[in-house]
Amino acid sequence: MIATLQIFLIISAALFSIGLLAALSRRHAIFILIGIEMMLAAANLNFIAFWQFSPVRAPQPVGVMFVIFTIAIAAAEAAVGLAMVIAVYRHFRTTNVDQLTRLKG
Amino acid sequence: MADLITFLILIPIVGAIALYVGRPGSPRVVALVFNGLSFFYALMLWQKFDTGAAGLQLIERHAWIPSIGAEYVVGIDGLSLLLVLLTSIVFPFAFSAQKLERGACSLLLVMQAALYGTFTAQNFVLWFLFYEMSLVPAFLLIKIYGGENRDYAAVKFFLYTFLGSVAMLLAFLGIYFAKGTFDFEKLADLGKAGLLTGNVRWFVFAGIFLGLAVKVPVFPFHTWLPDAYQTAPTGVSMVLTGTLSKMGVYGFIRLLVPLFPQEIKIAGPWILTLVVCSIVFAPLAAWRQRDLKRMVAYLSINHLGYCLLGLFAITAALPTGPIDKQAALSGVFLQIFNHGVTAAALFYFVGLLEQRSGSRNIDDFGGLMQCTPLLCGWMSVSMFSSLGLPGLNGFIGEFLIFKGSFATAAAFTAIAVIGLLFTAVTFVRAMQSLFSGPLAEGCAGYHDLLLREKFVIVPVTLLMFAIGLNPQFIFNTFNATVAQMARLLG
Amino acid sequence: MTDWITRNVWLVPATPIVAALLILGFGKHARRAATGVAILGQIAALIVSTCAFVPTLHSHEFRAFENFTWFTFGEQSLRIGFVLDPLAAAMMVMITLVGLCIFVFSLGYMADDKNFSRFFAYLSFFSGAMLGVVVANSLLLLFVFWELVGLASYLLIGFWIERPSAAAAAKKAFITTRIGDMGFFLGILWLYHQSGTLLFYDGGHGCLENVALLGASSTFIALLIFCGAAGKSGQFPLHVWLPDAMEGPTPVSALIHAATMVAAGVFLVARVYPIFSAGAVNGVTSSLIVVVWIGVVTGLMAALIAVAQSDIKRILAYSTVSQLGLMMVSLGVGGVAAGIMHLLAHGFFKALLFLGAGSVIHGLHHEQDIRKMGGLRKLMPVTFATYAVGMLALSGVPFFFSGGWTKEEVLHATSHWPSSHVPYFLLLLGVVLTALYMTRQVMYVFFGSSRAGSDHHAHESPSVMTVPLIILALCAIGLSIFLTPAWPWLESYLLGHEAHIDAHLLLQPMILVSLVLVGAGIGLGFWLYRRAGEVDPLQQKVPAVYRFLENKMWIDEIYEHTILALAAFASRVSDWMDRYIWDGLVRVIGGIGQIFGALTKGADEGVINAGVDETTVGARGVGRAMSRLHSGQIQIYLGVIALGMLALFLFYAWLT
Repeated sequence: MIATLQIFLIISAALFSIGLLAALSRRHAIFILIGIEMMLAAANLNFIAFWQFSPVRAPQPVGVMFVIFTIAIAAAEAAVGLAMVIAVYRHFRTTNVDQLTRLKG
Repeated sequence: MADLITFLILIPIVGAIALYVGRPGSPRVVALVFNGLSFFYALMLWQKFDTGAAGLQLIERHAWIPSIGAEYVVGIDGLSLLLVLLTSIVFPFAFSAQKLERGACSLLLVMQAALYGTFTAQNFVLWFLFYEMSLVPAFLLIKIYGGENRDYAAVKFFLYTFLGSVAMLLAFLGIYFAKGTFDFEKLADLGKAGLLTGNVRWFVFAGIFLGLAVKVPVFPFHTWLPDAYQTAPTGVSMVLTGTLSKMGVYGFIRLLVPLFPQEIKIAGPWILTLVVCSIVFAPLAAWRQRDLKRMVAYLSINHLGYCLLGLFAITAALPTGPIDKQAALSGVFLQIFNHGVTAAALFYFVGLLEQRSGSRNIDDFGGLMQCTPLLCGWMSVSMFSSLGLPGLNGFIGEFLIFKGSFATAAAFTAIAVIGLLFTAVTFVRAMQSLFSGPLAEGCAGYHDLLLREKFVIVPVTLLMFAIGLNPQFIFNTFNATVAQMARLLG
Repeated sequence: MTDWITRNVWLVPATPIVAALLILGFGKHARRAATGVAILGQIAALIVSTCAFVPTLHSHEFRAFENFTWFTFGEQSLRIGFVLDPLAAAMMVMITLVGLCIFVFSLGYMADDKNFSRFFAYLSFFSGAMLGVVVANSLLLLFVFWELVGLASYLLIGFWIERPSAAAAAKKAFITTRIGDMGFFLGILWLYHQSGTLLFYDGGHGCLENVALLGASSTFIALLIFCGAAGKSGQFPLHVWLPDAMEGPTPVSALIHAATMVAAGVFLVARVYPIFSAGAVNGVTSSLIVVVWIGVVTGLMAALIAVAQSDIKRILAYSTVSQLGLMMVSLGVGGVAAGIMHLLAHGFFKALLFLGAGSVIHGLHHEQDIRKMGGLRKLMPVTFATYAVGMLALSGVPFFFSGGWTKEEVLHATSHWPSSHVPYFLLLLGVVLTALYMTRQVMYVFFGSSRAGSDHHAHESPSVMTVPLIILALCAIGLSIFLTPAWPWLESYLLGHEAHIDAHLLLQPMILVSLVLVGAGIGLGFWLYRRAGEVDPLQQKVPAVYRFLENKMWIDEIYEHTILALAAFASRVSDWMDRYIWDGLVRVIGGIGQIFGALTKGADEGVINAGVDETTVGARGVGRAMSRLHSGQIQIYLGVIALGMLALFLFYAWLT
């Protein structure tokens, strides 16, 4: 089986869909964060795949650069997100997002 | 002293400001002091004025707003001088009629300045500014200091005169766009050849006529007058009839007649009809009035009607001999002055009666001759002067007017004579019910003329006699102007 | 002297006027000073008048005038002046002489009045103004004095100011004469227009010296001037004020409403006679015809009314009206001199009669009804004697009384009028009536016995009142010397002829006619009223006629219901129109403005304001709807984002 772009895209789409599903359906904030991380991972996979399979190979590793950058930001984001989850938990005594509706209009 | 006229206009304004800022204890005295100053300046103006020369004199000319043709031009001829003198006489007379509050004194002084301005300005924009400037104080004086029904009267007065002014302003804008000048002298020169053509000229003519006719007032634009004069305080009524109504007549002489000689010839009979209606209906209506102020107000309409009769009789009809034109014009000028003095005096006397009784209703009085003979005697003099008894001032003016107008408008003049008759009827009836008969209830306690009242009445009455017996000193002020105007009339 | 007086003839009117001003200046308490000044002024005027009279005797057709400029208007000047001619001089002497007698009489008559000094001031003022009318050489100046005379008359009729009837009479007099004066005024204007001058005489340029220039308009001018004369002289139909004017004090009635002012109309016609007679054919012009007929109607009507009056002064008033009519007839038929002679003579004897009546009224403590008098012949002998002289003069008894001669002249002139003989016969009837009513009055007042007991304390008046009566009676008799046809001095003087004595003319056939008629009148009166009680014999015999005459032919009532009602109606209409039509129009226009205002207000509130409001409400609704989406459910947000992304994908897919 030859690794083609389609396969990467299918995997990445599946990964994204799983992540999205997690983010939309889980009630626990940390699982939502995990879902978001999965969607980011799907995007990173796309970057790498498009870079690898592009017809004109760019001399610099542009795709990899994006991915590294994204991973760094995702780490930061996860840190901030987890910290917020802890803060929210301390304040509301729950991390169930269905109950965290203080920001409604 | 080159700016004599400007000073004359400024003095009352300074007075008004001084009253407003200074808050003196007796505002009337301060106002009278400023009036004295104005009177002195007016006399100086008279002294500087060369009575032998025709045309404008003592002209002051400054640029103002050149882009719209507005200039500050003031100057006097005989007519202006006469009216300035009249204003200077009537205002102190009005101030001495009754106690007035500080605000009323200020407003009256502003009005005085506006009148001086109106009678001396020689550019339409400036003239109109002063003309309107007199309107606002008059409105406020009626509205704030008036008696019963003052709101209605004040609003009616304001709307009437203001609508007239607007019509006039529009008409003058029309003239300006056609001819590009607001200067009276230049416009009069242009007027000889016909200022405007086509239908526009009739709109313009009607606009100016309406504005002035409301001010005089001419029948049937007069219904504001009885209400306004009745309601206003005595002093204000005196000023309104003595000087403000003269602005209309002055406007007719200064604006309408020189600017539209041809149009007047065509519209003349219609205007004369209105004028004769004023002359006949006003005293008839006066006869019915029970309120003395209303009665005098209606008679004012009649007397100013004579002025317009003389003016339009000689301008409307075919060219007449110089004697008729000069007689009518002299009569009109003299009548302006006479009416100012006499009507003011009549209001003054009504005011005295009102101060004594608190009423102006003719039925509340009776037999006054028994308790206040001096008041009755001097008041009768004013009444006889007003009904045109020879030997007093009214007669000469009326005689000259009738003399001049008989030549060209004999039929109108003959009808107007009925007005003389009914004026007499009105006054004689008033004298009968006021002065004679048994002493009415409540009239017994009235005091006769006080010393300060005598101080006011005697000079004014002497003036009436002086004009009636030897009017030359008044004629001297405007003889040259009359001759010049008569020539201009063609 | 002649020169001085002709130049200063203005002094005659000026003196009494100055006296009047002085008296007014003194105040009401200076009674003695007031009388002193008034009488001194009158004496001075009499002296100056006499001085002025002298030069007019020297030459025939004497006429001196002094014109000057009153004022200059524009480049024109108005000139007035004074004239001295026989007409003016004779009038001046008569006025000042009669005036002086009346002034003196008033000292007694008005002694108890609280406004004594004012009375003399007015009287002096009147005297001056009347003299001014006489010496004026300009129709305008004449009009000036004419009006001042009217003013004096107004003030004096209403002198007893607390009486409402006096005030009403004064008003009536002023207004009625002013109606005539308005015509006069128009006449002046017309004359001025036509002739260019109002001076009577101006060395050939005066308006009376060039009447030919007036042309056809002279008739109208003359008639308009006659309006004024008719008003002042109480001619029909403007006579109604004169009987009412008797409300004034009796000396006033004597001076103003008998002797002088009411004669001013006659004088005026005589003064401007050239205008009346301009273009005359055979001495007749249309204006003169009017004058004659008005005079005839007035004379006869007033004489008839006088027969049925019971107020002593009203009888005399109507007799004055009647006599003035007679004078007008005389002027109208061309007998100018006769008319003026009758005027002068009438001035004396009518003043005498009025003062006599005043003396009677004074003696009877202000009783004026003749039916309540009687038998005064014995109680007031001087008054009776002088009154009888006046009565005989007025009745026109020939030979001894001035009135007889002058009436004769008038009748003579009338009989020769070419236009018609009717006036002559009507005048003869008037003569009978005059004799009748005067006899009636004398019978009632002085003969018989006292009626109604009002005169048991009657007394003769003091000498201050009787002496003027005697002087006037002597004048009434003595004047006849100058009036006889045998030596018609006064007529010649007025006409500017030389008088010749011709004793044959003394008795003329016409005088017999007069004698018979006057005799008939007096006899009839004597027979009718010899036993008259309180009810008038005429009233018993012909009550309807008597009532008609007693009520003055209902002329006052007719006026009240026609002219006055019309004027009052016109006034009501004017006032009504002013309130409801003209002011109503204004209100309608104002109302239209208000309707526009209401419309604008509606548009403002209904459209613009509401539009803005609705927009805000809508915006708020949208906001509320939008805010509902923000549920705070993070997963819904995420879901929406996902759906949005899906939609974008689908869109992209559709595009490609």
